[in-house]
Amino acid sequence: MTAVPSPMRPVRYVVTGRHAETCDTVTLMLRPVENPIDPPRPGQFTMLYALGVGEVPVSLSGFERGEVLVQTIRAVGAVTRALCAAAPGDMIGVRGPFGTDWQVNGASGRDVLIVAGGIGLAPLRSVVLTALDQRARYDRVVLLVGARSPDDLIFSRELETWRRRGADVRVTVDHGRDGWDGHVGLVTGLIENAIADPADTVAFVCGPEIMMRLSADMLVHCGVPADDIRVSLERNMRCGAALCGHCQLGHLLLCRDGPVVSYAEAAPLVSVKEL
Amino acid sequence: MTTDTMHPAPRMIGTEGLDDLYQALVAEGYRVIGPTVQDGAIVLRELRSAAELPFGWGVQSEPGGYRLRRRDDQAAFGHSAGPQSWKQFLHPPRERLWSAERTSGGGFELSDQADDDEPPRYAFLGVRPCDLRAIAIQDRVLAQPGSRYAARRARLFIVAVNCTEPGETCFCASMGTGPGADAGYDLALTELLDQRGHRFLVQAGSAPGASILGKLRGERADDATVRTAQSAVEAAAGRMGRQMPDGDLRELMADSSQAARWDDVAARCLTCGNCTMACPTCFCTSVEDTTDLTGDHAERWERWDSCFDLDFSYLHGGSIRRSASSRYRQWLTHKLGTWHDQFGSSGCVGCGRCIVWCPVGIDLTEEVRALQAEREEES
Repeated sequence: MTAVPSPMRPVRYVVTGRHAETCDTVTLMLRPVENPIDPPRPGQFTMLYALGVGEVPVSLSGFERGEVLVQTIRAVGAVTRALCAAAPGDMIGVRGPFGTDWQVNGASGRDVLIVAGGIGLAPLRSVVLTALDQRARYDRVVLLVGARSPDDLIFSRELETWRRRGADVRVTVDHGRDGWDGHVGLVTGLIENAIADPADTVAFVCGPEIMMRLSADMLVHCGVPADDIRVSLERNMRCGAALCGHCQLGHLLLCRDGPVVSYAEAAPLVSVKEL
Repeated sequence: MTTDTMHPAPRMIGTEGLDDLYQALVAEGYRVIGPTVQDGAIVLRELRSAAELPFGWGVQSEPGGYRLRRRDDQAAFGHSAGPQSWKQFLHPPRERLWSAERTSGGGFELSDQADDDEPPRYAFLGVRPCDLRAIAIQDRVLAQPGSRYAARRARLFIVAVNCTEPGETCFCASMGTGPGADAGYDLALTELLDQRGHRFLVQAGSAPGASILGKLRGERADDATVRTAQSAVEAAAGRMGRQMPDGDLRELMADSSQAARWDDVAARCLTCGNCTMACPTCFCTSVEDTTDLTGDHAERWERWDSCFDLDFSYLHGGSIRRSASSRYRQWLTHKLGTWHDQFGSSGCVGCGRCIVWCPVGIDLTEEVRALQAEREEES
């Protein structure tokens, strides 16, 4: 009946690659088997559908040649467990891409400071890759990664590659283990030393909401303007098209007006309890 | 299309003219939906004839209360809003979006097969100006290109009825949405009952409306009738049972995120969500994925949801809005405040349904008054 593709109709993709990042987190490579979704921009998200189980929002971790979507998923419920269990050849429904992007290009000529907490590194991977693909465009590229333990680090095999390509990567964990000689503590503790020129820094922050608030507050404390701090907020994304009302945060419909917003816009909203 | 054919002279019809109207709409292929008495209320459903309109029935409404009452005349539209609104037809409570069949080798095929492959052609008979505005408000949210809502909406014929009978819980005049319809209809009726008899002034607002108007028995309305109709509608503005307080409600809502009043209203609110179901503009939905027992056939259904539901704001780890006060605050601030940011207008049309169908009679105009008072006290 409809000539225009409905945002509510999934496009079929097949799993072409699967990498177990940690005990509960998997990265899938998805290739379209019909007209693909529009090319996503870093920071946008898709709705991933496991047949008969359901659909969840997942941020893009990358977009590769052949219209391949890279999506990193942590198993926390029925749908994410089904997605994480998908094997190469299995089919996944994809809707999107939805929402705002990180606007990495806006940091041209300035320092890029990326602050990731846990699975929050997944949507930031595309910021790292975008900055490194045009490394000369940016001044310093610094990535601060926090994880619960060394075993909970995602993309651990890529961190060294990113270092070689010109990123200053610093990792901290809440709890170390035997053989861990890296930093132990919260990622917010790494921020102050990572900033060279606060007025010339653009920060990209993603992780649990409390980690984003504390990180952004620390960045502001260090002199980074709130307008130059971008956070990726999470609410109950359902339709992706500003139709269902679930993802409201104050005046924002986060599936459309987010997930990436400036901290200047987010701060008054995330500070209200139960908004 | 010239202005004359778009806006022919208003006509005056009798009750037999309503039969003509019904027949003309059916002859054009419309399913005529209108108010009728059923189960002790005035409901909206497909009419079998114009005689099913609620002639002689009025309603008595109050916070948390609704009763039919016999009128001492035979007015067809002498009643204020009932429990339902037109959204149940344009934005159905449950709708299948698509279905999927598992294929061999881990794949599946999708089918767009909807319940209404050919969207219905509805004619709404008896749309109040408040509800007319509510349809326009839902249009801005839901009429995205290619959507089934947009398809149903494009086929819709609207017969508005200017309001001469506001109820005890009505406040459209203070929301600027009534009691007269200014635009957005194909035909507009004004019901008149006086010494000159029971009759309806009929005005066309579109070319299809003008075409139907030409098929109705009646006569060209004289100026006196047009003036009588106008003054009856103007008089209705002065008989609203409620009033939304003056002032910038958008600003009030933005200023009130930490108000103590939310706890006060939460002590009464049952978080049942009736207000959101009865509200003609509330549009929120959820989708449900279902399978049959084999797991080979899956469907996705969209259904109305409510911001009062605990699961509405669910995120991994729990719901964002757990307290009743946060959920009432979400509803009211969205309706009167952030709706402006998102969709360019207020989300409230002043129909009063949320007051009537609230089981504990929470009156949003009272809540707004209390929030205003609290802000004034603090400043």
